[in-house]
Amino acid sequence: MNKVYPSAAAALEGVLFDGMTIASGGFGLCGIPELLIAAIRAAGTKGLTVASNNAGVDGFGLGVLLESRQVKKMISSYVGENAEFMRQYLSGELELEFNPQGTLAERMRAGGAGIPGFYTRTGVGTVIAEGKEHKDFDGQTYILERGIVADLSIVKAWKADPSGNLVFRKTARNFNPPAATCGRICVAEVEEIVPLGSLDPDHIHLPGIYVHRIVQGEHEKRIEQRTVRKREA
Amino acid sequence: MWDRNQMAARAAKELRDGMYVNLGIGIPTLVANYIPEGVNVTLQSENGMLGMGPFPYEGEEDPDLINAGKQTITQLPQTAYFDSAQSFAMIRGGKIAMAILGAMEVSEKGDLANWMIPGKLVKGMGGAMDLVAGVGRVVVVMDHTSKYGESKVLRDCTLPLTGKAVVDRIITNLGVLDVGHKGLHIVELADGVTEADLRAATEATIVD
Repeated sequence: MNKVYPSAAAALEGVLFDGMTIASGGFGLCGIPELLIAAIRAAGTKGLTVASNNAGVDGFGLGVLLESRQVKKMISSYVGENAEFMRQYLSGELELEFNPQGTLAERMRAGGAGIPGFYTRTGVGTVIAEGKEHKDFDGQTYILERGIVADLSIVKAWKADPSGNLVFRKTARNFNPPAATCGRICVAEVEEIVPLGSLDPDHIHLPGIYVHRIVQGEHEKRIEQRTVRKREA
Repeated sequence: MWDRNQMAARAAKELRDGMYVNLGIGIPTLVANYIPEGVNVTLQSENGMLGMGPFPYEGEEDPDLINAGKQTITQLPQTAYFDSAQSFAMIRGGKIAMAILGAMEVSEKGDLANWMIPGKLVKGMGGAMDLVAGVGRVVVVMDHTSKYGESKVLRDCTLPLTGKAVVDRIITNLGVLDVGHKGLHIVELADGVTEADLRAATEATIVD
């Protein structure tokens, strides 16, 4: 069985359909599957529900799927960096389901782990809790949140081996592992595919069982907020 | 009255040696510049890092290394990286001793509002709801009044809540207040601020 595909378009062949749900890794513009997002834009798949912590910025990341009106609904925790998002949301063209960041991460983790729901204190007493089951445990009130199972996961890793084992780099790991696990199909884009046996099995961040297709490519890796300090003289 | 840096310096006095702490965006980020000598704290960044270091030197920025405010940062010898589910497991699981966060409004019951203004500002709560529900102690750092002079320390919040009865201590440009069972308690007044000034700027009930 071969998991390695020659291009992002080839890696998405046969898995895209209108109205599908996609879980995406990334935090801000860090560790986003930029090549797969571009390939979905080119494929023109419409009516997408996308679970992703953020919605990219104008012209990059998931922002490119918003511009082309391919997204029907976003499930996110923070969308403050995207003017086009705000415009579409305030005009009613785009649905938005806000999830607290940890709840979103755990919904993906749970969905991938076969857990249909979990109770959390996060959001109790806020609009997030409205319409959700409340339950007390040991004198504390919790709300029920559902696991997410997506039709497709798109993630970005640093290195993969041909069996799909993934290694991430620094904070570019973020939502990628939980997003990868919650998809019925997971496609990963990586900076480097290394030979079998060259990754230390003790140092693999996500085992290849979760990863169905891999594509290697060049990443722009845009920086959202460049902050530096002065060198002391 | 305290300025932003003095508020951050006052908030830094809340830190204790050995704490794992999460600092929010804005004034709370400045707290890292005022950590007292001999106090060793580990900063958590909820996008998946413990042991957050300072901003990089120019030319050493790494797009794979950012904080929760999406700013480029650096790692330290004790740094560990992990995924977002793990990050919020340690937050929700009560492993983080303290969060220092900004606020739009806070109430005398410890309710916090800092994530949206209906019809105006829709950015999202990010990790704030998880943090206030999960960490050991929540310290809020904010201006006491709006730019129109209206109190932001209220009997009840008017904006959508981030958490209900979650705030322990409020640090503003006018002083320090603790949330008690029957209202707020004055802990400290900022330089040049009288108790009468503080009370006049506060809509919430001040017990003592």
